[in-house]
Amino acid sequence: MADLTTDFIGIKSPNPFWLASAPPTDKEYNVRRAFEAGWGGVVWKTLGEAGPPIVNVNGPRYGAIYGADRRLLGLNNIELITDRPLDINIEEITRVKKDFPDRAMIVSLMVPCEEGPWKDILRQIEDTGADGVELNFGCPHGMAERGMGSAVGQVPEYIEMVTAWVKKHSDFPCIVKLTPNINDIRYPARAAKAGGADAVSLINTINSITSVNLDTLTPEPTIDGWGAHGGYCGPAVKPIALNMVAEIARDQDTSDLPVSGIGGVTTWRDAVEFLALGAGNVQVCTAAMTYGFKIVQEMISGLNQYMDEKGIASVSDIVGQAVPKAKDWQDLNLNYVTKAEINQDLCIKCGRCYISCEDTSHQAIAVSEDRVFTVKDQDCVACNLCVNVCPVEGCITMRQLPLGATDERTGKKVEEYGNWTTHPNNTAANCS
Amino acid sequence: MSQTSYAPGISAGRISADTILDNFADLHPPLTDHEALVAADRCYFCYDAPCVTACPTAIDIPLFIRQIATGTPESAAQTIFDQNILGGMCARVCPTETLCEQACVREKAEGKPILIGQLQRYATDRVMASGVHPYLRAPDTGKSVAVIGAGPAGLACAHRLAMHGHAVVIYDANKKAGGLNEFGIAAYKSTHSFAQDEIDWLLSIGGITIHTDRSLGRGLTLAQLQDDHDAVFLGIGLSGVNTLALDGDHAGLCNAVDWIASLRQSDDKTDIAVGRNVVVIGGGMTAVDAAVQSKLLGADTVTIAYRRGRENMSASMFELDLAASKGVRILYHVTPTSVDDGSITFTHSETGEEINLPADQIMRAIGQTLENAPETLAISGGKIKTDDHGRTSISGIWAGGDCATGGDDLTVTAVAEGRDAAEDIHASLMGKG
Repeated sequence: MADLTTDFIGIKSPNPFWLASAPPTDKEYNVRRAFEAGWGGVVWKTLGEAGPPIVNVNGPRYGAIYGADRRLLGLNNIELITDRPLDINIEEITRVKKDFPDRAMIVSLMVPCEEGPWKDILRQIEDTGADGVELNFGCPHGMAERGMGSAVGQVPEYIEMVTAWVKKHSDFPCIVKLTPNINDIRYPARAAKAGGADAVSLINTINSITSVNLDTLTPEPTIDGWGAHGGYCGPAVKPIALNMVAEIARDQDTSDLPVSGIGGVTTWRDAVEFLALGAGNVQVCTAAMTYGFKIVQEMISGLNQYMDEKGIASVSDIVGQAVPKAKDWQDLNLNYVTKAEINQDLCIKCGRCYISCEDTSHQAIAVSEDRVFTVKDQDCVACNLCVNVCPVEGCITMRQLPLGATDERTGKKVEEYGNWTTHPNNTAANCS
Repeated sequence: MSQTSYAPGISAGRISADTILDNFADLHPPLTDHEALVAADRCYFCYDAPCVTACPTAIDIPLFIRQIATGTPESAAQTIFDQNILGGMCARVCPTETLCEQACVREKAEGKPILIGQLQRYATDRVMASGVHPYLRAPDTGKSVAVIGAGPAGLACAHRLAMHGHAVVIYDANKKAGGLNEFGIAAYKSTHSFAQDEIDWLLSIGGITIHTDRSLGRGLTLAQLQDDHDAVFLGIGLSGVNTLALDGDHAGLCNAVDWIASLRQSDDKTDIAVGRNVVVIGGGMTAVDAAVQSKLLGADTVTIAYRRGRENMSASMFELDLAASKGVRILYHVTPTSVDDGSITFTHSETGEEINLPADQIMRAIGQTLENAPETLAISGGKIKTDDHGRTSISGIWAGGDCATGGDDLTVTAVAEGRDAAEDIHASLMGKG
């Protein structure tokens, strides 16, 4: 059995699967069920400052988009931070942590952008036994309108300032949760590091309107005839999250900054992808909200099997393995030539490869009268669209042409590595 | 003691009326909204989809399924009706397992095709239940066409002609329109009054008049029809029945098609007499329909006796499985030789053995034949000879459906032939042919 324990900025947990700060971690009842199900850690739903509790809408808080068979692919929410009294949350955090000492207990925080409230809230939670804090600079709806959440996360100077206050007023390991609703994720990450953050977590949710009701012509979720943008999450956002995690891992200023990966983690496979691109652990929300806490059992068994099969002893050995391979486009080998190949035994003859190539790509697939689909090497640019639209896994693959072989499309022989920076068509390269 | 399956002879009411009602309920109950969406989501929207190629009426199946999946079953129905105005009946009676669903790529991939027939019913039922008829008649052309036979071919032909603005007069030999839809289809495939409801819906386009109880040789002559109309379409089906020469006498001998027709006209089926031991001779759909419905009426033993092997049988695997699931036994390679009171004797063509079966009722289902076809028409292989457009050997006369050459004897094929003949008649009448 592989060792799934992780040590993330000094916080130990039995596995790298944490629940993200969100509705599943809003109260003791849920969190106990999560720990009993096997989750390695929990980021408690964001606490605000003492005083009148937060108010939520009483209409729908979520909207969704679906794939085939009504599989939930993306979830949008307009729920705010915890709407329960601060003292009750603190009592519950303390109690649960005491009963589950081996699990990671992180407290998410969001208070106004002034030093006083941050100092106060940190003092109020210091005896909970929590293992760390996560600063919610990501929530894109509601709280942002009040100058908190993503309103802070969109201004690197604020991130640095608040992070510095937190480090000044507490000894908690500090994770800064970043919003993806910015142009370049590296700036907020650098600011967090400059402020003294021990780690960043990302991504928080993406500004979104999931749909429009076609009868009432109102955005969903609709509250008494109106809708407001919410935060988008779930499997659909994973590619965006992976790229942002990789951007931070690749940036020389932040390559040593630990990352907690968030965004559409649904299976153990997603988790390994985040780890490989530099995340030290992952946080999950939508998958749990869709299927319940039990899914962590598949994540644990899947990761275990994968590590055993690959001979990987520890989770930390996966972390960052794919980072050196995440490059800029200009680094890619322009002399690497592949051709699509259709396995006729697996082909079910749906013709989607043909029509997608014929209508929208390079007319590189032929169809015979008896409906046999074959690739025309002389036209195939290896775009991979046929692979992507084929409903049968492994039916269409990309075959690499060996060095020295002739590409029938260009008539040229496959050469050694060569990228854009040295390509003859690159006038900038020729200038230098 | 009340009647039971074991009561000797031929009698009605072998099982309770409630059980009969259950037995003759829809073979495939209509899909619910949820079931339809789940089924539709499985469609891959194939290019040049094999299911369309396999459909005699070439319904754009991927398109109509996508229309269901995107919440517009009314548009889906339009897609279906554009190609097949009897899409509602075909959704019920088509042997989809040998047509569209056999060709479905998910049949190849997983052995589980998309439920094309049931999705088609989902869409067409919705529009027909709403009472909306989605076609308008073109302005009157002043042309008149006689259609002989109000079966699937004649109805499809008449509707398409009416769409083009021609006046259509349909004549049918029976007291009710519908042909095999009304008199031939297994009752559990077309329940309640669907066949008549569909005709009413189809006729609501206007411009079509139906005269029943009129046929060629019974008040109608081809010459008179040609005088009275600008064109004639023959969709007269196969009204004759092949006979079977057997030694001996048997009081319970009947034609399966007649027995099925009487069953189809019975409201609750409790008045339909069936033997304790039934033997159906034949190997096609009619044989299976007769055998299965005998069993559903409470016959104790039902045997289909076919003179050749499984591979020669025209009934599909699905139909034979259905028969087996109802307890019908199938004997292959047996040729009937003689009958006696309460029994029938076969010779096994491979072993030469004599097989004697108890038989209170013997149904002949060995094929139908063309009857009352005008002698002036060229006949080929026992059918009215037609070309690809449905034209017969006589100018101005078209034919389609079971009575004509070309295509299998299926409802859907008849619809295609009727429709295509109508297009050719239209082109011809309007000087484009």
